[in-house]
Amino acid sequence: MTVALERPTIAASPTGRRRRFSLGAVTPYLQSAPLALILGAFLLLPIIMIVVVSFWDYDFAAMYPDFLTTNYSDVLGSWVTWKTYLNTIKFAAIVWALTLFIGFWVAYFLAFHIRTTAMQMVLFLVCTVPFLTSNIIRMISWIPVLGRNGLINSTLVHMGLVPKPIEWLLYSEFAVVLAMVHLYTLFMVTPIFNTLMRIDRSLVEAARDAGASGWQVLWNVIIPLAKPGMAIGTIFVVTLVMADFSTVQVMSGGQSASVALMMKNQMSLLQYPAAAANAVVLLVLVLLMVAGILRIVDIRREL
Amino acid sequence: MSHEKRTLEFYVLAAFFALFVLFLYGPLSAILILSFQGETGGLTFPLNGVSLHWFANLFERQSVGDFGGSFKRSLVLGLMVMIVTVVVSLLAGLAFRRKFRGATALFYLAVASLVVPSIIISLGIGVVFQQVGLRPAWYTSAFGAHLTWTLPFGVLIMFAVFNRFSPAYEEAARDLGATSWQTFVHVVLPMIAPSLIGVGLFGFTLSYDEFARTLMTSGTFNTLPLEIYGMTTNVTTPVLYALGTVTTVFSFLVILATLGAILYVGRRRARA
Repeated sequence: MTVALERPTIAASPTGRRRRFSLGAVTPYLQSAPLALILGAFLLLPIIMIVVVSFWDYDFAAMYPDFLTTNYSDVLGSWVTWKTYLNTIKFAAIVWALTLFIGFWVAYFLAFHIRTTAMQMVLFLVCTVPFLTSNIIRMISWIPVLGRNGLINSTLVHMGLVPKPIEWLLYSEFAVVLAMVHLYTLFMVTPIFNTLMRIDRSLVEAARDAGASGWQVLWNVIIPLAKPGMAIGTIFVVTLVMADFSTVQVMSGGQSASVALMMKNQMSLLQYPAAAANAVVLLVLVLLMVAGILRIVDIRREL
Repeated sequence: MSHEKRTLEFYVLAAFFALFVLFLYGPLSAILILSFQGETGGLTFPLNGVSLHWFANLFERQSVGDFGGSFKRSLVLGLMVMIVTVVVSLLAGLAFRRKFRGATALFYLAVASLVVPSIIISLGIGVVFQQVGLRPAWYTSAFGAHLTWTLPFGVLIMFAVFNRFSPAYEEAARDLGATSWQTFVHVVLPMIAPSLIGVGLFGFTLSYDEFARTLMTSGTFNTLPLEIYGMTTNVTTPVLYALGTVTTVFSFLVILATLGAILYVGRRRARA
């Protein structure tokens, strides 16, 4: 069966080979064309459109092509916007620090303390699986834990540690940060684990032989070599937090704001040009942050 | 290194890791248990009896939007996204093995696709469709929006795979007289099959759970995550947990099936 199927290809091979020579130079362009077309249509074009629309005029019913800068002066001139941006950056900084700390130690434990590859893979999968389930469900799952009558509060009250349920566990900035760390730590674990696994173990041994203590090995050998992984994890976490609206909305119960949530509210009021101006400002901010991180690390070399 | 005695550091870190796993799975298991809440029970512990009431409730149209329909849409969309992600990422991965003009630009465009905030893509595609005069729908605009999220993962994975792929195997095949198509089908493809299955899993699950990019692009009919997102604000019964349990169990089954497929392919290759 297979032989019968293969025969025509073999017979065609001389022409095929000659064709490969002439096609050779074009092949990578043909192979990359689908990716380029899809990203062009659904990433580049929409972003260009947003930049264009951000200069348009609008009222409650429609948008009108124009060249106005009022959308930008509205965005940048409002105290609320600045506060929202600061709040978003604050979330990004806190979540970044926490995920980096947790992510590094989890990855370090997996890479340097688990001895068999099979066990490493199993434990790594245990960390990965929740990432492949719904973010919203994972947010909702904190309600029975943190709520007024939730697990933590009822335990604390039962043990007599607090006289009445703590109010700030759910629907607060604390809950937002907790949920974000819950959702995004894996984005830090994976790239750091990847770089740690590639560290040549003889370097660690050499440092030990030269008399370095455990902490010195960690601080002077492992952490410097793990920096590229930390940088990639940072890109993920920072961009995800900067773009977040659902976690802030669900977990703060509407008491906190983020830039993306502000955009979403403008969009639901059909104020697209205002949302577009906001989008441009947010995009520039995020791309500047990423460009800054990319100066430290060359992603193509780290893959 | 391999047979040293466990140090204190090991036990401290092992405890830290255990806490991390508890942190990951604890809340999830809470809603799993609470979805079996009795008929009179509420959103928190204790359980007022055990029942399947809320699962039954899930399939009644009036209590929770259109669960069946949105599930079907998310499933089909996930499969569409999965197939396109696998094929396009594989092709792009092959392209990146050679130098071509614009390679760096395309690579950074893929990275940009990952870092541009989802809501901006959602807004942009929504506005483009509106200006061109097309109606957004889950199988057109949302399909494209999901691809901007799944393709960069697929491309980066393929990039990493081909970075570690030795061209010696292909050279050997060519020396034995194989055509480039034969080399690809019989040598390259079997070797990267597990990674391709992994890319497929990413494509499906990322699409199946995606909602920030779907927000402005789904058109008239909701996908499942949008339906759930809507429920978080107006549903105050454990039916929400029942839905969470059903979708999470479904995700787990998909992951298990994928791992099974990867192991099966690996074992078959080892035997061959």
